[in-house]
Amino acid sequence: MLQEESDLSLVIAQIVQKLKGSNLYAQLERQAWASLQRPEIKLESLKEDIKEFFKISGWEKKLQNAVYSELSVFPLPSHPAAPPEHLKEPLVYMRKAQGSWEKRILKSLNSMCTELSIPLARKRPVGEQKELLNKWNEMGTDEPDLSLFRPVYAPKDFLEVLINLRNPNYENGDSLSFRTHLGLIQVPLKVKDIPELKEFFVELGLTTGQLGIDDSTQVPPELFENEHVRIGQKVLAEQDSAAAQQYIRQGSPTALRAELWALILNISSQPEDILYYEQLKTNVIQHDLLVDSLIYKDVKLTASNDDYYFVFEDYLYQVLLCFSRDTSVLGHFAYNSASPPKSYIRGKLGLEEYAVFYPPNGVIPFHGFSMYVAPLCFLYHEPSKLYQIFREMYVRFFFRLHSISSHPSGIVSLCLLFETLLQTYLPQLFYHLREIGAQPLRISFKWMVRAFSGYLATDQLLLLWDRILGYNSLEILAARAYCQLL
Amino acid sequence: MGGRFFFVSSCLGRFYFAIMAGKVKWVTDIEKSVLINNFEKRGWVQVTENEDWNFYWMSVQTIRNVFSVETGYRLSDDQIVNHFPNHYELTRKDLMVKNIKRYRKELEKEGSPLAEKDENGKYLYLDFVPVTYMLPADYNLFVEEFRKSPSSTWIMKPCGKAQGKGIFLINKLSQIKKWSRDSKTSSFVTQSTKEAYVISLYINNPLLIGGRKFDLRLYVLVSTYRPLRCYMYKLGFCRFCTVKYTPSTSELDNMFVHLTNVAIQKHGEDYNHIHGGKWTVNNLRLYLESTRGKEVTGKLFDEIHWIIVQSLKAVAPVMNNDKHCFECYGYDIIIDDKLKPWLIEVNASPSLTSSTANDRILKYNLINDTLNIAVPNGEIPDCKWNKSPPKEVLGNYEILYDEELAQGDGADRELRSRQGQSLGPRGGRSRDSGRTVLTTWK
Repeated sequence: MLQEESDLSLVIAQIVQKLKGSNLYAQLERQAWASLQRPEIKLESLKEDIKEFFKISGWEKKLQNAVYSELSVFPLPSHPAAPPEHLKEPLVYMRKAQGSWEKRILKSLNSMCTELSIPLARKRPVGEQKELLNKWNEMGTDEPDLSLFRPVYAPKDFLEVLINLRNPNYENGDSLSFRTHLGLIQVPLKVKDIPELKEFFVELGLTTGQLGIDDSTQVPPELFENEHVRIGQKVLAEQDSAAAQQYIRQGSPTALRAELWALILNISSQPEDILYYEQLKTNVIQHDLLVDSLIYKDVKLTASNDDYYFVFEDYLYQVLLCFSRDTSVLGHFAYNSASPPKSYIRGKLGLEEYAVFYPPNGVIPFHGFSMYVAPLCFLYHEPSKLYQIFREMYVRFFFRLHSISSHPSGIVSLCLLFETLLQTYLPQLFYHLREIGAQPLRISFKWMVRAFSGYLATDQLLLLWDRILGYNSLEILAARAYCQLL
Repeated sequence: MGGRFFFVSSCLGRFYFAIMAGKVKWVTDIEKSVLINNFEKRGWVQVTENEDWNFYWMSVQTIRNVFSVETGYRLSDDQIVNHFPNHYELTRKDLMVKNIKRYRKELEKEGSPLAEKDENGKYLYLDFVPVTYMLPADYNLFVEEFRKSPSSTWIMKPCGKAQGKGIFLINKLSQIKKWSRDSKTSSFVTQSTKEAYVISLYINNPLLIGGRKFDLRLYVLVSTYRPLRCYMYKLGFCRFCTVKYTPSTSELDNMFVHLTNVAIQKHGEDYNHIHGGKWTVNNLRLYLESTRGKEVTGKLFDEIHWIIVQSLKAVAPVMNNDKHCFECYGYDIIIDDKLKPWLIEVNASPSLTSSTANDRILKYNLINDTLNIAVPNGEIPDCKWNKSPPKEVLGNYEILYDEELAQGDGADRELRSRQGQSLGPRGGRSRDSGRTVLTTWK
């Protein structure tokens, strides 16, 4: 009991520490000072009165939402004496694998750089800056010569790395038993089985109404849809993140989705946020990065050719180019097994004082990266809001899809979960596919890495992402991949 | 042995003949695979136009000849064609506008609430065609209107052409001086219909998505005009311009910015052959519901259905409702940034060329569903049938308006929009003249 209490105090302390540096804290302070003017605030009961005022005015709710937001990315409980690497990733062999994968990516990037004699970063001449500013809303019409650029890696390259992942402490033995895992992933991670999944995803049970199924034209709206929409509107009126997250497990009505996601991700477009985005835009105008060309290439190869997303091509540049320069993203590396690549000022290789993270946000885009942003364009058409939502989605969820870790929502666990489900519940299909040389993971891997973006119709995709937000977990992707093969 | 063989083969021969005799014989002068594949999959037999045919998919030139006074073609009961004789009442830009104006005046004269106007004199429910004038006939009227808002842009369209040919934008009177000179000498110059133009107020505040202008192409099948029975194809699409929209006057000449015809966009540098710059109407609906809300989106789609039905009602009285005819129209609609839809034009011969794989599938299915409705059971047609197909054969069509049902007893009839909800209050359920009009839309 005592241990739990001290764990809890630690968590509280850490969150308070985190929030103290946030904008919300400053606002709360200001509000508290301003409230002293109010007649109902009395000196004798100052603390209670201010608390009451916060409750009535909705500020308590905002604080609750912020705390809730922090909790959702809070690392799993671990030993108090664990070093920071353990927060990123507790298993050594995983950390090592991620480290060598990163080295490979960086090597590939550097060699492309050398081959093409293009610097990783350069300041744009004033004329070029002006031109870019004019073209900011239609960068898609720009046709730079991208033929020499290649994506740094594609999902299939990453899959090969995962296939070769081994736990040196685990000896499987040569003899095949019913326990032998016959899939491509050969690491012993704990994944949920169907009874556990049923419990976890209890709101997706047959007896509970779902959007996407129970709102089809054959079902009269009075049975489920109308009530569900009404509850959704109530949740939005209350501005309660936790309630929204619970609500969205049954799917979100299209008209409420944009607001619900913003509430769950705790995004509100404050003037500071818009200013921050404008600052990033200025950075883009002033400096050209090599990764910019990678982003261009990716958008041209993927989103521009997509039936649903080609319309939003220009928004994708506006979001991704800014994203590359956003150093606040570096914060997520505290709980990401990956680490941001370091680059050194020319001539000062190895000298830590001259090291910078490259790209500034530490994320090197791969083939298909822009598809994480594309579906969001259906919901948000204001660039700074679109940007904030994407950034939050990335640092909460998407980063796990391309880094090697033991986290239950990490791509390794998802692959293992997918294969285990298939082997356990559809063994004949599984064996058959293996026999003909078509390991099912090779088919479904790209779906999961992209969170199904580009592989599902947008309305279906958004319903799937509703559940990612609702359950704060990516396991639904593995379940969805499994269902695809049913 | 030989005798038996002969017996068998003659049996087969008669069997063959018996089967073939029941097969629909088709002709077409439009060599498109989406058509021909549909005919062949029904086991229909191709013949030439000089032979006995049952089904003729004609081009608009041919229909002109078939029904022209000189040739005096008489179709028999087992012959069906895919155009109404005077479809141009709807599909020629100048006649469409003329008919709609006439229809509005008639409703106004009989005091119908549909013809109600607002304080500025604009029709509340029937203002769905941009202000249009015929040139050179209405030149002076146009000049008067132009001078009221001299900074406006107008679009000049030749009456008889399609695919965006001959269209240009103007914002100065000097750009159309040609038509004014002709009108002064009109008594001496016979205007050939080829030179007739319409000039419409250009919608310079179109709804933009991703910064791009687009228009809607919707397919509407009319099986009879009196009583009016029409169907809307659920799978319409949006056509996007490849270049970012700008209302700036310097770009008035850039047709890639302003015209959405695929025929024009196809030649732009950025045209993509995978998606062809097209979106499904469902995508549009999802986007609008997500960013603007469900009510305004529903209202927009209801209005679109409304204006299509009104346009058909406007021409119904003058249409030659020949029972051998059906027609599949391509409606072009633009939505402005206040989410108001505008009817731009109606095409009698919507393009059957496919620009992408998705396109081919869509058009194939369109023809398939059209044939299922127009030629029931794929059997030799009898044009005297009641033209009321069962629900199951509609495929991707849904009933847009059925005058018989609407006039039947009871108000609630099956006029379902794509969401399974009844077409909104403006769904034309009881909009016939003389009936009390529901006021729910006010």
